[in-house]
Amino acid sequence: MTAPALPTPGTQGLTDADRRRAKEIIARYPHPKSALLPLLHLAQDRNGWVTPAAMEEIAEMLGLTPALVLGTCSFYTMFKREPVGRFVVSVCTNVSCLVNGGPELLDALRMHYLDDDDVFVEEVECLAACDVTPVMQINYEYHNGLTPEEAIDVIERYKRGELEARTISGTRRGV
Amino acid sequence: MPPQETRITTKFLRERPNDSFTFEAARKYNKAYSALEKALKMSPEDIVQEVMTSGLRGRGGAGFGTGQKWSFLPKDVFPRYLAVNADEGEPSTFKDHMLIVGDPHQIIEGAVITAYAIQAHHAFIYIRGEFALGAERLQQAVHDAYANGYLGKNILGSGFDLEMIVHRGAGTYVAGDETGLLSSLEGERAMPRIKPPFPAVQGVYAAPTVVNNVETMSTIPHIIRRGGKWYAGLGVNKSTGTRIFSVSGHVERPGNYEVELGMSFRDLIEGLAGGVRGGKEMKFFIPGGASAPWLMPEHLDEPLDMDRAFELKTMLGSGAIMVFDETVDPLQVAWRLARFFAHESCGKCTPCREGSGWIEKVLFRMANGLGRPDDLDLLLDFGQNIVPGLNAPFSQTTICALGPSTMSHVVSLDRFFGDEIRERLKRDATRRSQLAVTSA
Repeated sequence: MTAPALPTPGTQGLTDADRRRAKEIIARYPHPKSALLPLLHLAQDRNGWVTPAAMEEIAEMLGLTPALVLGTCSFYTMFKREPVGRFVVSVCTNVSCLVNGGPELLDALRMHYLDDDDVFVEEVECLAACDVTPVMQINYEYHNGLTPEEAIDVIERYKRGELEARTISGTRRGV
Repeated sequence: MPPQETRITTKFLRERPNDSFTFEAARKYNKAYSALEKALKMSPEDIVQEVMTSGLRGRGGAGFGTGQKWSFLPKDVFPRYLAVNADEGEPSTFKDHMLIVGDPHQIIEGAVITAYAIQAHHAFIYIRGEFALGAERLQQAVHDAYANGYLGKNILGSGFDLEMIVHRGAGTYVAGDETGLLSSLEGERAMPRIKPPFPAVQGVYAAPTVVNNVETMSTIPHIIRRGGKWYAGLGVNKSTGTRIFSVSGHVERPGNYEVELGMSFRDLIEGLAGGVRGGKEMKFFIPGGASAPWLMPEHLDEPLDMDRAFELKTMLGSGAIMVFDETVDPLQVAWRLARFFAHESCGKCTPCREGSGWIEKVLFRMANGLGRPDDLDLLLDFGQNIVPGLNAPFSQTTICALGPSTMSHVVSLDRFFGDEIRERLKRDATRRSQLAVTSA
C-alpha cells in the first residue's frame, strides 16, 4: 500500500485556494481579526507547520503586523512553528492519566520515535476523555486505553496509510 | 434502591449513541428544535424570567445564576453577542466533550434560544482546538440547522436573525476563563481581562456579551419545554436540577453520570461509579476539577450541593471528581497539578506567572526525596502573595481564577496531610545529611 498524499513539510506560504478560503472565513466574522486563529489552522494544514511566510501573508490579509500574528500564534500549543513531521502524537499525563499509565506510555513512545522525523511525540494536558485512560491523540484523533505496544501499532498503521489521518491541525481531509 | 442517574441532557445521546448527533435522528427521536419553536412565541423577557425561575446556575465552574447573568446586559445597547464556552480544559472534566460529540443540536437549540432571549444576532461556539471530531460534528450540525431554517435570517418566520460561527481554539487552558475566551475570539493571546467591566457590559468587540457553558446551553431547551418550575423542583436548596459529573481515577466504572443535585458523594462514587478499583481504600478525592481543594473519605456522605461545597472550603467547580486510592502519593498528585498550572499560566499577572513556577519547583523536590524540612511552610508563606490569607473562598491577587487555583492543592496538602508531610520532609533531609557524612 502506498503512503497517503499528506502534505510534506514545506517553507511556503498559502496557495491561491487557501487565499480564497481565507477570504470566506474572514467574511464570516464581524471583525476580521477574529479570523486569525482559523487562518493559522489553515496555514498549518497547508505546510504541516505555520511558516513565517504564511504568517506574513495572514498579517497582510487581516491588516495586522507580522509580529502581532506571531505573538498570538506562539501563545497556542497546537500551532507548530517548526516542522514536526506528518504525525503529532499527544499523550496526556495529567492526574487521571498519571495514575493510569500516562507517563509510562509517553516515555515508551518518546524512546521509540526518538529518531523518527515523521512522528512528533508530545506531552499534553488533559484532553477531556478521562474515562478510558491513558489518553492519546494522533493528529487529534483519540486512541485511548492502549498499551505502549498497541499505541505503536496504531501509529505504524497511520504511517503505512492503512488508517486515514487527520491533518496536523486535526481537520479531516477533504472537508 | 441503588442510586440512579436522572438523565435530562444526556438522555438522548445515551439512547442512540450511533446517530444522536445527526439532524435527522435529533428531529425524529428527540424533538430537537421544538423548544425553539415554543421559545420564539414567547417574549425575550419571559424566557429570561423562566430561566431565573428554574434556578439554573452556570455549569462551567463558577456556578453563577444563568438568568441573572442574562439580566445584567445594559438596556438598549446593541449589538450584543453570545459566546458558548466549549473550551473544556479543566483536568478530568469530560462532560462537555460528550455533549458536543453526542448531541450538538441540543447545544445549538439552547444557544439560539439564549441569543433570542438576550437579543443577540451573532453567536460563537468557541470549541477547544483539540476536539477535532467535536468541531466537525458541531460544524455539520450548524450547517444542518441553517439548511432547515433554525439559523440564519428570519428563523421560523419569527423575524429573528442569528448567525452562528463555530470557532476552534488552538490549545490553551485560560481560554476557558470567560474573558480569556473573548480575548482569544478577537484573535489575541487568550489572556483574561480585568473585571469590571464584566462581559455583560463590555465583552467581545467591547459590546455586551453573554458567555455560557455547553452544559448550561444544553439544559435551556428542557427548561423551555417543561418550565422553570419543573426544573427548580429537582435538586437541593439553591443547587437546582441535574448536573453531569465526570468521575475518573481509581474507580471501577469511570465515566459521566448525570444526577440530581443533592445526591451524596458516596452514592455517586461508590453507587454509580462502582467505588475504588480493586477493593482498595480511598485516600482522597478532588470534587470539582483540578482547581478545587481536596476532600477526604470522611466527606463522602456530604451532598452534591454547590453551596455546601463552599462551606467545606472547596467547590463543585466543573463537576470533575477524581478518586485516588491508598497507593497514591498526594505529593506526586499535587506536583502534577502544580505543573499543569505553571504550564497554563498565561503570564499576564506577576503573582501567578512567577508563583506557579516556584510552587511546581518546590513540590517537585518535596515529592522526590529532596525536600527541605520547612518546604511546606515555605509554600504556604509565599502562596500568600497569590491567595492572601489562604482562607476559602479564596481571595486573589490575580485577574482570573487560575492564580488561586495554583494554591488549592498546597492548602489541601497542609489541611489533610500536613503532619505526615512535615515528618517525611524531616526524614528525607536527615537521610541526605547522613549520606553526605558517610561519603565524606
